Formats: sequence, C-alpha cells, structure tokens
Amino acid sequence: MHPAFSVIFFTTLSGMGYGLWFFIACQTLITGVENAKQNLIGLVLGFILVSVGLLSSTMHLGKPLRAWRAFSQWRSSWLSREGVFAIACYIPASLWIAQLMLQRELIAFSMLAVLLVLLSIATVICTAMIYGSLKPIPAWQHRFVVLIYLLFALLTGSLLNIAISELEPSPISEYLLFALILLAIFLGVIKKRYWKDIDLQVLPSRASALGLKPDQVVTVFERPHTEANYLTKEMGFVLARKHSKKLRLMSLVLFCWLPVFLFVVTWALPYVFSGYLMFAAIFFAYLGAVVERWLFFAEARHAVMQYY
Amino acid sequence: MTTLAPPSKKKLGLVIDLDTCVGCHACAVACKEWNAGGMAAPLTDENPYAADPHGVWFNRVHSYTIDALEDQPEMTLHFPRSCLHCEQAPCVTVCPTGASYKRAEDGIVLIDEDKCIGCKLCSWACPYGAREYSHVEGVMKKCTLCVDRIYNENIPEESRKPACVQACPTRARHFGDLGDEESDIFKLVKDRGGVELMPELGYQPVNRYLPPRERRAGSIQKEIKEETLDTEKLPPMLRWLDRVLSR
Repeated sequence: MHPAFSVIFFTTLSGMGYGLWFFIACQTLITGVENAKQNLIGLVLGFILVSVGLLSSTMHLGKPLRAWRAFSQWRSSWLSREGVFAIACYIPASLWIAQLMLQRELIAFSMLAVLLVLLSIATVICTAMIYGSLKPIPAWQHRFVVLIYLLFALLTGSLLNIAISELEPSPISEYLLFALILLAIFLGVIKKRYWKDIDLQVLPSRASALGLKPDQVVTVFERPHTEANYLTKEMGFVLARKHSKKLRLMSLVLFCWLPVFLFVVTWALPYVFSGYLMFAAIFFAYLGAVVERWLFFAEARHAVMQYY
Repeated sequence: MTTLAPPSKKKLGLVIDLDTCVGCHACAVACKEWNAGGMAAPLTDENPYAADPHGVWFNRVHSYTIDALEDQPEMTLHFPRSCLHCEQAPCVTVCPTGASYKRAEDGIVLIDEDKCIGCKLCSWACPYGAREYSHVEGVMKKCTLCVDRIYNENIPEESRKPACVQACPTRARHFGDLGDEESDIFKLVKDRGGVELMPELGYQPVNRYLPPRERRAGSIQKEIKEETLDTEKLPPMLRWLDRVLSR
C-alpha cells in the first residue's frame, strides 16, 4: 500500500497525544493534581498533538471541507467511529484545560479524567480498526494490529508525560523506569512477531481471483493499461518490501533499543541529565514510530495486485 | 446509511463469459464513453496526450496465459474486471459519510459523489479493484451498472442494458437479475458452472464469471509426443529416404 505521510503523521502524532492524555488522566486520578502547571502543559500539548494529527489526516482527503460528514456512519464504519470518539475526547480535555486556565477548583474532575482515559483508548482502537477491518490486506488483519497501535500510543505518550514532569528536575521513580523498559521490550517483541508472521502470509491466489481452478498456472500476458493507474499506484507499492530488513531494524533500534538504553542509564545514574535523556528517548521513540508506521502501510500487500 | 439492508430479492448483475471474450476492450471503451457523460461523469483523464496518460475507467480488460495442463493446451485468457456489486459489500460499510450505498431495491452499489470526502477507504476495502479515485475531482468513482441506461425510458427498450453489454461483439457479457431463478442469466450461470471471484473473502459478489470451456483438442503437445514410426514396415524406397534424412 502507498504510505501517505498525512496518515502516518496522523496515526503517530494523535496516537502520542491520546497516550499523553491517557497517562495524565491516570496519574491525576491516582495522585490528584500535584502540579497544576505541568498538568496544564501536558493537557495542552496533548491537545496540540491530537489536533495536528487530525488536521494532517484531513490532508489525505480529496474533499477536506466535507470532513464533517464523516461523523454520520458510526454504525458501520470504523473511520466514522474514530471521528466521533476523536471529537468526544475534546470535551473532557477542553473542560479540564479551561478549569486549569481559570485556576479554579476542579469540578467533576474524576469524571473528566475517567472519560478522557476511556475515550482516548477507544479512539486509538478505532484508528487501528480502520485498517484491521480490511480483508483484502492480510497484513492489517493480523491479530496484533490493535495491540501495536495501543502500545505505540502508550509508549510515546508515557515518554512525553515523563519528559514534561522533568521540566522541573525530579528523580524518576525506579518502578516507572522498570515499567517503561518492560513496555518498550514488549512492544519490540510483539512487533518482531508481527513482522515474522506477515512474511508468511499469502494473498488469495491469482487463479481464485480469476475464477479458475487452483491447479491452473496463470501469467500476465498484457496489462489492461500501459501506464500506471490509481490501483497500481495506491496498492502496488514495492519499495518497502525490497528494503524491509534494514527498515525494520532501524525502526526497532529507534523505538525499542535506544529508549531502553536511555532508561537503563537514567536508572543507573539518577539525578544526572535525566531530563535530557527522557527528551532524547521521546525523540528516538517517535522517529521509530514513524518508520514503523511507514512500514505498516508500505509493506502491506493488497489482494487486487493479483490481477496485475 | 452505510449499514447494509437485508439482501434484495432482485440482484442485478453481469455474467461474463471468459470462453468467448476476445479481449477487444470494446466494453471498456463503451463504458468510458457512456459514463463520461452519465451520472458518474466526468471520468477524468490526466495528461491524455502527454507522456504519462492515466485516468478513471470502470472496466479494465486483463490478458493472461494459462499454462498447459495434462489434458488441456496452453491458452490465452481475456478477463474484463469491473464492480461485482457484492452482497456483502465492505466498500459500503467502511464509508464514513454514507456516500457509498447499496440499493435495497436491486442491489446496485453506487456512490453519491456529493457526499464523498475522498478518503479512499472503500477502494482499500475492495479486493477486485472496482473503485478508482479521481485526483482531479477528489472523489471516488465506480461502475454504476449503467443505472442511467437500464431504467431509462427515453432510450429504445433494446438499449436498456449496460453499455459494456451492448458493445460486446462476441456476446461475452450478459446482464440480468441473478436473484431470479427463472431468468435466462441465472440458467446460463447454472448450465455453465459460473463462479464467484475470491469466494474465500466472503464478499458474495453478484456478478459471475463463466470459466473457459474444456478444449476438445486436448493437449497438443501430448499428441505430438505419442507419434511413433516403425521404419521396418516401410517400403525399401521410403526406408532409404528415412535413413538419408535421419543422418
């Protein structure tokens, strides 16, 4: 599949934003608002990331001005559900931000936080299911797709949350670092398994696509058109599979190995540069997520290419 | 609404005879001609006279070679590909705006281009490549089964069929109600063992393809191999000729 950068930035940026909102809401539910300034910075940053991501996704549309129509078909369409949840997330987030900005005592705070947690997760699941529901693309039907989208949102979001809390240097809890190491390694393992599995996947055969018997060997004699068309450009993207080994390793190093190395350093040398290290970790993890998402699209094969 | 209605009793569709299709592209050209001015108009072409011409077509004719089997010779297969108007049409259910719909009365899958936002998701959901996006229009395009011909009372009755069917010089394309067991087209599918494409995906396409008939000649290569000659039984003159020519 053709990897559109608008969709790659949408899924990674808004994923990071929802992950950030998720952690801020969880953390505040447990400990209460400890630092209103950091709370506000985090929520606003999440707001910006989610909004930039969603705006980026409209760049993918042929008619962006009609995007409002996409909220109507939530009964059947995952894309529509994603839109509905994405907008619904803004309600608790905006109310929360508004109260912090007005420096008022928080009203209905725990309800807002619970809503933000649930809606953020639901939005990321819907984003993954947009792709996970497409039968002609076996790579996206893999059972780990939703999990991988969630884990990337959580990893990048939690890193950003910690980086924000390091604006005022403070020791990072060992438990948190340990949890982050486990999260990054778990994501690496899941992703490696996903890559291994999709290499073994087969599309429906050309004989099946043409309604012939399975033992009939069919080769292309003449294409219907001499030049590329929408289908061959959109569904016949080969480059990523040619270089998949290098790109997969690059992605794995960026989102898993380098952040884990940085967490270990932070753990071993507390009080030393932990803020810089966390900012470096979020930078690498996000780059890794972009490469991973690019591969997710670009490596996937579409059944229609059996005709070509 | 993009949730699918219960399957309609009337299932309008095409049956394509792969045995008689000669790959002349007349169906594709006639389709382009009609629909460039029909309800799905325009069917934009980009750079039509320049180096890289491309554009939207609802009908694409592929040509393949099928390798010889034990009892069948190698053969050419011409394969017209267009929308199959599936019973379970994910191109409809994935649509976030309701622009894609399947008509409850006759099962035709259509796009309301005024509602389409051009997200391209429906084309990703189609394994048959039936939908092509127009970058110029910014909306998705697809076969309409010539809905603006088949019910059109302003044209002669014999013309009220899809442009591709009317144009086919070998009558390889048939149009009718595949939900009616008494219809000619239903009987044709039954007689000829018409098949669904990629049935394993569960889309339940309405259109059927009639596979090429078995070739009576069998495998040509096999017959050549079986030819033997007992030179001992030949007259002396021919035996000498065989010896000379065999040198």
